[in-house]
Amino acid sequence: MMNTDAAIVATSLTVARGGREVLHGIDVTIPRASVVGLLGPSGGGKSTFIRAVVGVQIVASGEVRVFGEPAGSPALRRRVGYVTQSPSVYGDLSVRDNVAYFGAIVGASHADVDRAIETVGLTDHAGQAVANLSGGQRSRVSLAAALVGSPDLLVLDEPTVGLDPVLRRDLWDLFHRLAAAGTSLLISSHVMDEATRCDRLLLLRDGRIIADTTPADLLARTGAPDAETAFLALIESAEATR
Amino acid sequence: MNPRLTLLTAGRVLRQIRGDHRTVALMLVVPCVLIGLLAWVFTDRPMIFDTIGPALLGVFPFVVMFIVTSIATLRERTGGTLERLLTTPLGKADFMVGYALAFAVVAVLQGVIASAFAIYVCGLDVAGPGWMLIVVAVLDAVLGTALGLLASAFAHSEFQAVQFMPAFVLPQFLLCGLILPRESLPGVLSAISDFLPLSYAVDAMSAVATKTDPFGDVGTDLLIIAAWIVVSLALGSLTLRRRSA
Repeated sequence: MMNTDAAIVATSLTVARGGREVLHGIDVTIPRASVVGLLGPSGGGKSTFIRAVVGVQIVASGEVRVFGEPAGSPALRRRVGYVTQSPSVYGDLSVRDNVAYFGAIVGASHADVDRAIETVGLTDHAGQAVANLSGGQRSRVSLAAALVGSPDLLVLDEPTVGLDPVLRRDLWDLFHRLAAAGTSLLISSHVMDEATRCDRLLLLRDGRIIADTTPADLLARTGAPDAETAFLALIESAEATR
Repeated sequence: MNPRLTLLTAGRVLRQIRGDHRTVALMLVVPCVLIGLLAWVFTDRPMIFDTIGPALLGVFPFVVMFIVTSIATLRERTGGTLERLLTTPLGKADFMVGYALAFAVVAVLQGVIASAFAIYVCGLDVAGPGWMLIVVAVLDAVLGTALGLLASAFAHSEFQAVQFMPAFVLPQFLLCGLILPRESLPGVLSAISDFLPLSYAVDAMSAVATKTDPFGDVGTDLLIIAAWIVVSLALGSLTLRRRSA
């Protein structure tokens, strides 16, 4: 039976890239209106999983459904906001022109544009060309371009890389506010510290989900003092039973 | 295709070009400099300038838009903006026609300035109506954009994209009738030139320049160019894949 209450359901999702299988039959259900962290080391398949969720990844077998629809189907394009790992915005346009363009595509108003820019803290830079901003500011423009349409699902690939601690905290606060308002969020990170900021955690390593849990449960189960140690303990026990 | 999304995309591309003052200056001034240079070279042979000048007015927009489009689209592919756009309601046709529209607008500007410079400053004699030079130039620009969109799919770096200019454009330039009238080319080359779009761009410009009533000839040429535009855009849209490996 299909679980239509879930935001994302992956069933036996297998993906090959460059002749190598990078996701090995992933089964996972991601709930609505919560902040779900996709954690794991670089090269573990996080970006590939995210690309499959937004429907731009060719899938070898299995499927991903978002809100009950096949990932990437036309009905979802207005409901899913996608922020790629490197900021995908136009360097030669201003912050406002970028957010306004991506916003207009999904029917956002001028007020939505201003609000999205304010949310990421770039109101003072709205008229500046994106190419002249710092790396962290650029990735916030990219985030604003996804927020502007108030999507039901936000899929963020490493959104906090290179941001200072204050901004990182502000963004996580924002993610929780969005979730409280009903938005589903899937956020990837290779920084294990960020695990404790999520409602749920998926640990992805070598193309397999090695844990699907909550931060509290992860620490309790492994008896580890922090997420990094807990993750190491999980990997060691997984390798021991192999 | 959604007209609103197409116009949005055209507006965005124009805003990008407008922000780049040096590119705007190059697009508008370089054709005038080259026309001026050509007029100067043939100071003592104005008949030759009257033959080659209009043809060049057709070649400039084609070449310039081909290069600019293939680089711009390549940047969209490598910079992740194309992948992002393909997860939104924006259709492939909106993307491609948006680009074509934006560069058609630039071509109107370029065509008006270059033609006016050629006629009023360099004394180019045009038998047909001057505005037809602009019409042909705009269609040539859209042709360059359409082929540039297609070519960018085969380039993996900006180095390669720039190399496509000589690869796609120079053979057409050699065979389009500027160097030697097309009917004087060796049989095989003449047949090939009958197939290439730039030949019709140059034919159309020459017809405007030499005939007081060029509408019939130009109409046929423009139809062939339009067919090339449609085919290139259709092939180009096949290379824009929502899903990739």
